[in-house]
Amino acid sequence: MPSTLLSAPARQINASALLIAWRNLTHDRARFAVTMVGIVFAVILIALEGGLFLGFSDTITKAVLRQRADVWVMARGTKNFDIAQRIRERDLYRVRSLPGVERAERLIVQFANWKKPGGGGENMMVVGFNPNDGLAGPWNVVAGDLADLRLPDTVMVDELFKDKLGVHAIGDIAEVNGHRARVVGFTREIRSFTTSPLVFASFKNALQLANYPEDGATYVLLKTAPGIDPEAVAERITATMPELEARSARGFAKLTETYWMYTTGAGSSVILGAALAAVVGVVIVAQVLYATTMDHLWEFGTLRAMGAPSSFIVRIILAQATIAATLGYAVGIVASLLLMDASRKAAALILIPPGLAALLFVVSLGMCTLASLVSIRKVLQLDPVMVFQR
Amino acid sequence: MYQAAITSAAIKATDVTVTYGEGSAACHALRGVSLTVERGEMLALMGPSGSGKTTLLSVIGALLSPSLGSVRVLGTDLAGLDRPQLAAFRLANAGFVFQGYNLFPALTARENVATALALKGRPASEAAGLLEQVGLGGKLDAFPAKLSGGQKQRVAIARALAGDPPLLLADEPTAALDSSNGRMVMDLMLRLAREGKRTVVVVSHDPRVLDVADRVATIADGVIVP
Repeated sequence: MPSTLLSAPARQINASALLIAWRNLTHDRARFAVTMVGIVFAVILIALEGGLFLGFSDTITKAVLRQRADVWVMARGTKNFDIAQRIRERDLYRVRSLPGVERAERLIVQFANWKKPGGGGENMMVVGFNPNDGLAGPWNVVAGDLADLRLPDTVMVDELFKDKLGVHAIGDIAEVNGHRARVVGFTREIRSFTTSPLVFASFKNALQLANYPEDGATYVLLKTAPGIDPEAVAERITATMPELEARSARGFAKLTETYWMYTTGAGSSVILGAALAAVVGVVIVAQVLYATTMDHLWEFGTLRAMGAPSSFIVRIILAQATIAATLGYAVGIVASLLLMDASRKAAALILIPPGLAALLFVVSLGMCTLASLVSIRKVLQLDPVMVFQR
Repeated sequence: MYQAAITSAAIKATDVTVTYGEGSAACHALRGVSLTVERGEMLALMGPSGSGKTTLLSVIGALLSPSLGSVRVLGTDLAGLDRPQLAAFRLANAGFVFQGYNLFPALTARENVATALALKGRPASEAAGLLEQVGLGGKLDAFPAKLSGGQKQRVAIARALAGDPPLLLADEPTAALDSSNGRMVMDLMLRLAREGKRTVVVVSHDPRVLDVADRVATIADGVIVP
């Protein structure tokens, strides 16, 4: 009930409970600091685990969703974007001939070996696309011109991996599988879940860099004609071409996400981490809130002796929990958002969208309320006669 | 809030027995105690440690239900009340003063008193007046840690007076105080009892209580000594 609708005595009771709760928490500054550290630690832990989960999902699906294809055609049995069997050029023509298909192009996605200009090597992934078509290609190009990828031996890499790949400026030259690769541009924040950098090249250059045969491809990307349902086209391809299967872009992104996040256990471990963080958080918060209540046991006993109703005492303890949760959340979420911002320059992305931030507040509140239940039970069981025993 | 009925005696305890434990481990803290305290009377309960005086105070103060016997306080039979009703009875009718003050260390003198006022549905603004009554008008915003023992006990008395309860119950209120502060606290309690026509029961070892009490009841081994 809004406080303005409460009677004056009820407002006074609420204000009194809030004051006692606030002072109980903050009177001993050292204990208050410990309480806050516990809650902030729990909030950050859960935020980072949750943020990593969302960051992984974003990283995994973006390589598919940021392309402009409606349907992805691939070798039957393909489970994810990063690892797929080769298909043939003739499959491109078969797909192009289907009704409802506006245009189609081949795409290469293939792991390869990158030799740095200064020595040393790295695994990376060549992504070869048709730069004249616009169905696929890098996004967030921050340096260089996409058109330069039409030139021989050219590639674009992400600025996140400058150090890893040993290239720092346009014009730097490396080797991919023994072939010359000249950097003509940089992208921003294009990651892969496998942490192998995505290196973009024209389809023609990628055939060479990935040691692919002339008539090979990893995917055929297609755009459906206006008004045509991509799912229906994908189902038709899957039903009529036994060696191929096709999925809508969203469906393929989901398949890739499911593979990396759940089949490999990577996502499960992050979810488990978040759950463990929540459990650890509840334990930490329970301990600090319980200790705070126990420190004031005689005062609660005095309140009971004076005749304070149980609801007043419960209100104090819940107010303690709410104040602790709100302050702990505020500090924790700010720290987490700063870490999220820092992760933009790292290989692993942390994402904390408003929905997760709001959910975390509810979790913090629930965590502190749950933790205070033990204290409430203890205080309500107090025998008021205890006040005469000191 | 639970309001007591109006009758002549403020407190009437009849054959009150309080037993802790059962069987061979049973311990009788009170054994058939009968006691009457008139309205406006100041009674001192004296006796050696472990004699049962604090137990009797707890029974009178609706903090403890007797194992046997009956207790009527301000016309209400406490035996007929459940735990929440006993709490409501205490809140409406009794003010408590404790040996260890039992102030909230995180609250100022004013806030300590205002808490009791809030529980009784009275405005917090009355706290200053109550503290002035006990001579602490200049210490309204002081925390207990900054007050002397005597000052703390006076804050506790002001808190006990919040809501103007007809019954004031004090457990060894001078035990932690030096001689002059002890005297001051007892004089203050007497004055407040007389001014407010309150019934006061003081448990004490302190012989100075004899000087101010209207009557003294002595307990030994759980019985009132004639």
